[in-house]
Amino acid sequence: MAVGAIGAPKGIAGRALGNRSLMAGVALLVFIILLAVLAPWISPYDPNDQDAIASLGAPNAQHWFGTDFFGRDVLSRVIWGARVSLFVGAVSTAISMLLGGSIGILSGYVGGRFDQGVMAVMDVLLSFPQLIMGLIIVALLGANLTDLILAIAITAVPPFARVARGPTLSLKERDFVEAGRALGFSNLRIMLVHILPNVLDDLIVMGSLWLATAIRTEASLSFIGLGLPPPTATWGSIIREGFENLLDAPWLAVFPSLAVLIVMLALNMIGDGLRDATDPKAAVS
Amino acid sequence: MLRFVALRLVMALPTLWAVLSLVFVLVRIVPGDPALVILGDQATEQALVALRHRMGLDVPLWDQYLQFMAAVLQGDLGISMVRNRPVWGEVATVLPYTLELTFVGIFLGVLMGLPLGVLAAQHRGGWIDAVARWTSLLGLSFPAFISGILMLLLLAVELPWFPVIGNAPFANPPAHLRALVLPALNLGFIMVAYVARVTRSGMLASLSEDYIRTARAKGVPARLVVWRHALRNALIPVVTVVGLYFGILIGNSVLTEIVFNRPGLGKLIVGALNDRDYTMLQGLMVIYALVVVGANLATDLAYGAVDPRIRVR
Repeated sequence: MAVGAIGAPKGIAGRALGNRSLMAGVALLVFIILLAVLAPWISPYDPNDQDAIASLGAPNAQHWFGTDFFGRDVLSRVIWGARVSLFVGAVSTAISMLLGGSIGILSGYVGGRFDQGVMAVMDVLLSFPQLIMGLIIVALLGANLTDLILAIAITAVPPFARVARGPTLSLKERDFVEAGRALGFSNLRIMLVHILPNVLDDLIVMGSLWLATAIRTEASLSFIGLGLPPPTATWGSIIREGFENLLDAPWLAVFPSLAVLIVMLALNMIGDGLRDATDPKAAVS
Repeated sequence: MLRFVALRLVMALPTLWAVLSLVFVLVRIVPGDPALVILGDQATEQALVALRHRMGLDVPLWDQYLQFMAAVLQGDLGISMVRNRPVWGEVATVLPYTLELTFVGIFLGVLMGLPLGVLAAQHRGGWIDAVARWTSLLGLSFPAFISGILMLLLLAVELPWFPVIGNAPFANPPAHLRALVLPALNLGFIMVAYVARVTRSGMLASLSEDYIRTARAKGVPARLVVWRHALRNALIPVVTVVGLYFGILIGNSVLTEIVFNRPGLGKLIVGALNDRDYTMLQGLMVIYALVVVGANLATDLAYGAVDPRIRVR
């Protein structure tokens, strides 16, 4: 992929700004985030207002995306659904980044038997299919917002731990860490101030890719029927209702599906672009 | 080669033990008393005690663990608490559907992804490279249930080429195969994304190697250079990604089975979750664990088949 113009080598920010698909992804994502944040002001109707006469109405001038079985405005539900989907995705990714990152850095820094043990547990957790794991944890914990976020976060801890551990292993042998120890810094300070900043790049790239997975997992769980209880509008639950009325009202499934797809595309474009920007070799090869 | 296979088999055992233990732990950390969950608040103490006994929950945890392991080793997955039939029997009736779906999905994914990746690397920067890049991006972006629903709408409802319901018995081969096309394509399409990506970057690396220049210089036909000499060396990361993809594939097969209303492990596990059928759930997780360990083993063996050096090690 061509990165920027030929000339002086640029920094990460420069390369990121020069990457067209990364910028397109950011623009798309910002657009969706704005929709979510501004939902109370821009959504044309209340997402839970029912209108029995308008049940399963096709898209028209009043209801751009049509109406669902209860006559609720699909456009409003998709806009409000963005809030839940993005919130669950972002918070669960943040939690798994924090937990996985801490476990990975600690495990790599301590090393030895401890490291082997922790990584063995992570590998076993990693070997179980992510969606199945999510299904079971949600079923065990229950389906309120906190537990749903926790369930999705737990499934992502092992990959983040791995990403953080790898560089930590080589970083702790480097001179500046040795110097910190010689100066009498505590292990905690070395991990937080000297190792974490060097691992952060990898964690953030991974986070942007994982955010897509987290949002997809939330939508999948809602679609299966294990998400937040009704009437809360989430993209997955709207798609599920659309799927149940697929033959009579295809728009009900299609519009929220497009919303999910746009966010997935945006995040994957950002993730790829960030990887290219932080790792110049990957961009050239 | 035989020694290599045997060695890998032995090395898979600790993983299997660990994954089975994970299943045991996961099912036991349910908050609350499963017997109470099943029977409800109105249940008598006698009924609760009887059910706990039937589920083997009235013995110490350590004994439960040993009993669980012993039962699994003997192929006994217990009795479904809700359907009152052996779990293994329930699984065995639908397992062929899931296995068929996953294998045809992988096959289609590799069949489409490999050539796409090779051509993209060969014509780097050209239109086919752009097609490959966009296919990958879309495949990585589509949640399996959304691609499934859109396929269903386009190719079964708007254009009635395929049946809406993917449930046709094995006894009726033409209908069965027709019902398999869309679900398998759905799994395959997402897999193309992964396969095409690694094939492309692997091919770009191997095409710039010295031995490729040598082969070209001594007059090996271009087609042979690309598809035999270069591709063979690009295959290792492809095997890795197919193996890694397997976990995602299993999740996607659950969603695909729901969308196309196909019998399979996916519908079974969703049913078990809704009914709170813990024995069925535990049995299904054991099956998934076996499938995952089996897939890892197959990946290891495939490395050996692709790269003879790995066999020697």
